[in-house]
Amino acid sequence: MQASSKPGLSVNIVTNTGTATHGETASLPMRMTISKVDFYYGSKQILFDINMGIADKRVTALIGPSGCGKSTLLRALNRMHETVHTSRLEGEIQLDGQNILAQDVTTLRRRVGMVFQRPNPFPKSIFDNVAYGLRINGIKGSISEMVEKSLRRAALWEEVKDHLHKSAYELSGGQQQRLCIARALAVEPEVLLLDEPCSALDPISTAKIEELLVELKNLTTIAIVTHNMQQAARVSDFTAFVLTGQMIEFSATPQLFTTPSDPRTEAYITGRFG
Amino acid sequence: MERHFEKDLNELKERLLWMGSLAERAVHQSVHAMLDTDEQLAKRVLDEEDAINELQLEIDDRVVQLLALHQLMAADLRFVLAVSRINNDLERIGDQAVNIAQGALRILRHPRVKPYVDLPRMSELVEEQVRNALNAVVRRDVELAQKVMATDDQVDHYRDQIFRELLTYMMGDSSVVFPAFELILVAKNLERIGDHATNIAEDVIYIVQGQDIRHPSVDRR
Amino acid sequence: MTARVKWRRFVSNFMLTLTGVCALVSVSVLFFILGYLVFNGGTSINWAFFTQLPKPVGEAGGGMANAIVGSAKLLMAASLFGVPIGFLGGIYLSEFSGSAVASVVRYAADLLNGVPSIVIGIFAYSVVVLPFKHFSTLAGAFALGLMMIPITLRSTEEFLNGVPRYLREGAMALGASKWKTIASVVVPAAYRGILTAILLALARVAGETAPLLFTAFGNRYWSQGWGQPTASLPVMIFTYAVSPYEDWHRQAWAAGLVLLGLILIINILARTILSRGIAVPRS
Repeated sequence: MQASSKPGLSVNIVTNTGTATHGETASLPMRMTISKVDFYYGSKQILFDINMGIADKRVTALIGPSGCGKSTLLRALNRMHETVHTSRLEGEIQLDGQNILAQDVTTLRRRVGMVFQRPNPFPKSIFDNVAYGLRINGIKGSISEMVEKSLRRAALWEEVKDHLHKSAYELSGGQQQRLCIARALAVEPEVLLLDEPCSALDPISTAKIEELLVELKNLTTIAIVTHNMQQAARVSDFTAFVLTGQMIEFSATPQLFTTPSDPRTEAYITGRFG
Repeated sequence: MERHFEKDLNELKERLLWMGSLAERAVHQSVHAMLDTDEQLAKRVLDEEDAINELQLEIDDRVVQLLALHQLMAADLRFVLAVSRINNDLERIGDQAVNIAQGALRILRHPRVKPYVDLPRMSELVEEQVRNALNAVVRRDVELAQKVMATDDQVDHYRDQIFRELLTYMMGDSSVVFPAFELILVAKNLERIGDHATNIAEDVIYIVQGQDIRHPSVDRR
Repeated sequence: MTARVKWRRFVSNFMLTLTGVCALVSVSVLFFILGYLVFNGGTSINWAFFTQLPKPVGEAGGGMANAIVGSAKLLMAASLFGVPIGFLGGIYLSEFSGSAVASVVRYAADLLNGVPSIVIGIFAYSVVVLPFKHFSTLAGAFALGLMMIPITLRSTEEFLNGVPRYLREGAMALGASKWKTIASVVVPAAYRGILTAILLALARVAGETAPLLFTAFGNRYWSQGWGQPTASLPVMIFTYAVSPYEDWHRQAWAAGLVLLGLILIINILARTILSRGIAVPRS
């Protein structure tokens, strides 16, 4: 089932957290829309005519084999692709109806945050890591309150509340990643992008972060790239399957994993793919 | 750590138990419609059949989703698979209850063939079987499940008894053949309901102990 | 055991022993020099050496207080001049490393590094000494600062490049501008390396003599302010060593010992900083 690029998406809302409103359709608001997007590194085209939306307060997952372009697509959503000089984006990406390419990039990145594959805390204390975004964006208010709020939302507060001034590098991998999530949440982004956030973590840490994401979507819209499709099945409400730069299928997660409409999707999720 | 799919598992269980209570009620009402010659009751059973069938579809949908999305293991996996089977048994129980109600409607105008003695006893036994089977699911009670399975012989015995008795009546008086035959069918329906309850009990053992105890005569080596 | 095997074993052992001996020789040179200095200059290290001005020719005693202070002033001013330029230039090279300008700068810095120190001295002479018509601490600091620039520049660039990309991306993803990212994340992550580089640059120029010969020149007395010629340890060593006075020779040894000691301390300090704190994220 293809989504149109108009804001609003008609889908069967049999969402992942089980409220099987069987057969009911509703129009969900889209936080971000991606229309006719092509992407190039120099002369090589990576993404071909991508059209999809990121539904408000839901988790949208991008799956596909390695090198299919899903990370490239994600990074375009907060214009991180611009750190590579030869990259070129054509088409339109909108946040709340406004073209992100026309906005100031640092303001955009405050509204669309990102968590990376490898935990990348700064060489600072735990407190300073979370406060970083607040400080550089000149956000007013009680920094320590906001830091605490973020750490609680990232389910890390209890573990670090007595050690806020220790170096972030003393935390375990899973904790560091939750710290990065807290850091991103501190500036209260409207959208949170996660690029394979659990691929460097052990199963228990992964499970904790998955549960965290399911809770966080009440707070902020989430888009996640994962090479682990079971993870997409477990946590996402919508899934997009990307193959060699093309969006093959984009639909509600239960649909995509039980009755995919494209044979390529079926081949991938049943593991018959190379 | 609580996982979010546990909520889905609990909802699945709730829906199944709700279906079970509807099926139980259908059995009770259809039997009494027949024993008490109650036309209204019989019609009510027919009206409520849809609800049971809808639940079957809903539960199957949920099962497919849970399996596809959550990579269930061990007890969770067995539970969901068992739910899928119990789902079918409950729907069949509903069907059998409808059959009984339809039979009741057909012999509404006919005088009683004989005082109902064994039929009420048999129906009580079967209703108890259904009730116990569902309780065994809720409580994961292996002993209760085994009790349900043990009752099956008795139920079969009642069916044979009723059959023999009514056969005698039919041979003696040809005018009672129609209602007597319907009563035999009712006994058959009840026995089938009992079988389905026994299936449910076997599924409980599968959920709890991981053993598939169907068809003990089959060599599973 | 055949003769062939025996021979191979012998050759192997011989070569390994030879490499060990050469390694030892290399190290021992340092200790040899140190020992020589201690032996010859150790006796002249006393309180007077550090606090008194040189006595007039012929008189015994005296010290090198002005040379020590002079060297300190020169190094401080050289750092103030050379380090910021090298540091900020290094940041530029790191951030815009692909551009043509960056390649040119890099190449030029490497060439500057190879320019003989005496040529630097001549340059400083024409630029600072001639217009002001006299030797000065400023000129000396200028020459030394110039020498510090290429080292600081390249090292800053190296250490900044060593900061992993994902650290920068983390800052940028939070809405930090390029400069903010550099200032608040990249530089703090690399600061140990950069500090070490600065210290090593300092150690290098501390012992330079040639550029000071016609910039700071020398002074038998205290140098006031920054516009006057000043004594410095390397130049004093030179002056005293080629003199015919025994007493001065001994003082030269002592000065050499002090200078070497200073350089060794800076080196050891630099390496301790570098080794102690490279924050290695746990995996």
